Amino acid sequence: MIRTILARVRQGYRTTEYPKGPPPVLPERFRGRPAVDASKCPDGCRECAAACPTGAIDVSAGVRIDLGKCLFCTECETACPEKAIHYTGDHRLAARKREDLILGAEEMQLAEELSGRLRTLLGRSLNLRVVSAGGCNACEADTNVLTTVGWDIGRFGIRYVASPRHADGLLLTGPVTENMREALRKTYDAVPDPKIVIAVGACAISGGPYIDHPEQQNGAASCVPVDLFIPGCPPHPLTILDGLLRLIGRLRRRRRP
Amino acid sequence: MTSGPFADLRNSEAIPTARVPVLPIDAFRRAVIDATSGGWRVSSLFGVPESDRSLRLFAILAHDEHGNLSVGAAKVRESYESLTPDCPEVHWFEREIAEQWGVEPRGHPRLKPIRYQPPRAGERWERPPSAMTDFFRVEGEEVHEVAVGPVHAGVIEPGHFRFQCFGEEVLHLEIALGYQHRGVERALVGGPHKRTIHYMETLAGDTTVGHAHAYGQAVEAIARIAVPPRGMAIRGIGLELERIANHIGDLGAMAGDVGFLPTASYCGRIRGDILNLTAVICGSRFGRGLIRPGGAAFDLSDDLLRKLLAGVESGARDLAIADRLFWGSASVMARIEGVGVVPMDVCEEIGLVGPAARACGVDRDVRKDHPFGIYRYTHIPTCTWSAGDVFGRAHIRSIEIQRSFSFIREQLEALPIGDVRAECSEPLAPNRIAVSLVEGWRGEICHAAVTGEDGRFVSYKIVDPSFHNWFGLAYALRGQQISDFPLCNKSFNLSYCGHDL
Repeated sequence: MIRTILARVRQGYRTTEYPKGPPPVLPERFRGRPAVDASKCPDGCRECAAACPTGAIDVSAGVRIDLGKCLFCTECETACPEKAIHYTGDHRLAARKREDLILGAEEMQLAEELSGRLRTLLGRSLNLRVVSAGGCNACEADTNVLTTVGWDIGRFGIRYVASPRHADGLLLTGPVTENMREALRKTYDAVPDPKIVIAVGACAISGGPYIDHPEQQNGAASCVPVDLFIPGCPPHPLTILDGLLRLIGRLRRRRRP
Repeated sequence: MTSGPFADLRNSEAIPTARVPVLPIDAFRRAVIDATSGGWRVSSLFGVPESDRSLRLFAILAHDEHGNLSVGAAKVRESYESLTPDCPEVHWFEREIAEQWGVEPRGHPRLKPIRYQPPRAGERWERPPSAMTDFFRVEGEEVHEVAVGPVHAGVIEPGHFRFQCFGEEVLHLEIALGYQHRGVERALVGGPHKRTIHYMETLAGDTTVGHAHAYGQAVEAIARIAVPPRGMAIRGIGLELERIANHIGDLGAMAGDVGFLPTASYCGRIRGDILNLTAVICGSRFGRGLIRPGGAAFDLSDDLLRKLLAGVESGARDLAIADRLFWGSASVMARIEGVGVVPMDVCEEIGLVGPAARACGVDRDVRKDHPFGIYRYTHIPTCTWSAGDVFGRAHIRSIEIQRSFSFIREQLEALPIGDVRAECSEPLAPNRIAVSLVEGWRGEICHAAVTGEDGRFVSYKIVDPSFHNWFGLAYALRGQQISDFPLCNKSFNLSYCGHDL
């Protein structure tokens, strides 16, 4: 017993102070939200779009990057002859509407909090059933890591629960495989109303690397209505936390980090 | 040591496909069966469709003691005599071949799809339409059936488990997978193309480095490219960090399943710290972007080397505390000893790999037996345990974490100088077959790439270690309490998507 207590003392207090304090420092090479300086783009150049493995880049009217498809692999950054694209260290990527993930010249519209009755019901207690429907276990792992002592999302009243009947909504990962479509639908139906759906990762938003494979559905929105999109491949735990906290209104009136 | 009529090759070697002997199916069958009773095991068995509508079967055999691989082929049409009755370790491969190509292994004791991909046109065997049908059943007045999944209670991937129980005792467990099938292998044909590396990195996201490493090796073998030593070392560091992070996660999960929360809680956090070290190297906690054909995509500055060393030191220190608590707790030991046993002879017979095999006393580790990359220059001692139980699988992980920490320290302190990546140009050499083995954290990863006339893949076969090991989990549950399933499951911690592809 005494050894257990001593070990506890030596492990110390490890929960991040964020959002009260600053967010944890991300590594130098972390690839967050991409930034495009379209003024550098020569006419007719489409090197970035050609290099992108998932077709996330549209150059028909200035460079527009669809964060919902982006794998953050930086092939576009490497391909760009003018260095017009670079990946910043900004971890904030979550949006409420699919079209808000398409990044152009204007400032990105980050996720707004739930409104009305949902805000009252879920703002202080959000129980989520996590469903992997073709996820590769990376999004799952970084969703799960938020429950460890380092992040402790229990602080915000967010819990992952074992049954859809105990849940306020679903957190989905994976492109929704053909073989999981029915199970996902049944799980969704088992969640009592009102309910929300959160799509985590490029696969769950658009199919990710598996876009247009006949074995999958190009993401969650093909089967269920989605209330929050959290891009990344996989999103960093801080990105997922940022999305969840924005949704329940815990990041209001905060300075930009 | 040769395997009879097959062609010999080494790990990460490519040979012209024409050098692979094509035997009559009876001779092929005999050769595989004789070889497996003479010290060889089956790393991969797969079909490649031919232009004349036949199927060419390829068998890749490995002899761990001699560090040899061998490959042979046979042509089949609608059916052939199943190898499984005489060579049980291929049972899953034959089910896969039947499902993928509609070729029936006659006399297979349990012919069922493994992924439930759509049937091919003109297929002969009448397969069950979904995973949730046609389970092996035990009949009896007090026998009951328990169905779990595909959606599980935890944050994990989907799969279905069907238990036949007598009271608490599990008489039989059948595992039905396929829910994660995304069409990876189908999409790899015609590559390499710009999505290929991303399929590799996401086909089993917790083994990003392992599969990217195996892919890199396969391409480098066909293109005859030598990876610079510094690149090899960085790849090795990435691979061992992946092993450490996952093993720590598993130790924590096993602690959690026996209700020992201190270790469960510490390991959850320490695992994250290790993932962060991978992100120091390449920006991604899972090693996305770290490995590209030709070498590593990121170099390490002296400053980053120092950061990594410091991170490894503190990770190892923190883990030692959590690890000691776990092994020093009598209540934990009582819960993991003698639970979920796979005897050594069964392990050999069904062809387990990785920590699951080493826990049964089978000294099998690609890093030692078929050295690749950096492991050709530096050796990590392997460890085995004889009991084949949850204790053994936890013990192996605990020791391997320490050894991987030492390896990383060694590499960081004396990283070779020079480039990290060699130029890798396409297209690849035509009409080659390359076999690439890597010891991932779950065990042997086997990639077999076959190029056609144009240097593009006509087939790219992936065998994740989970493919060999899922049946081991089903076996381990026999005669166990059903309440020990979560614990046994965590002690294997297999990949669903790596299996379903």
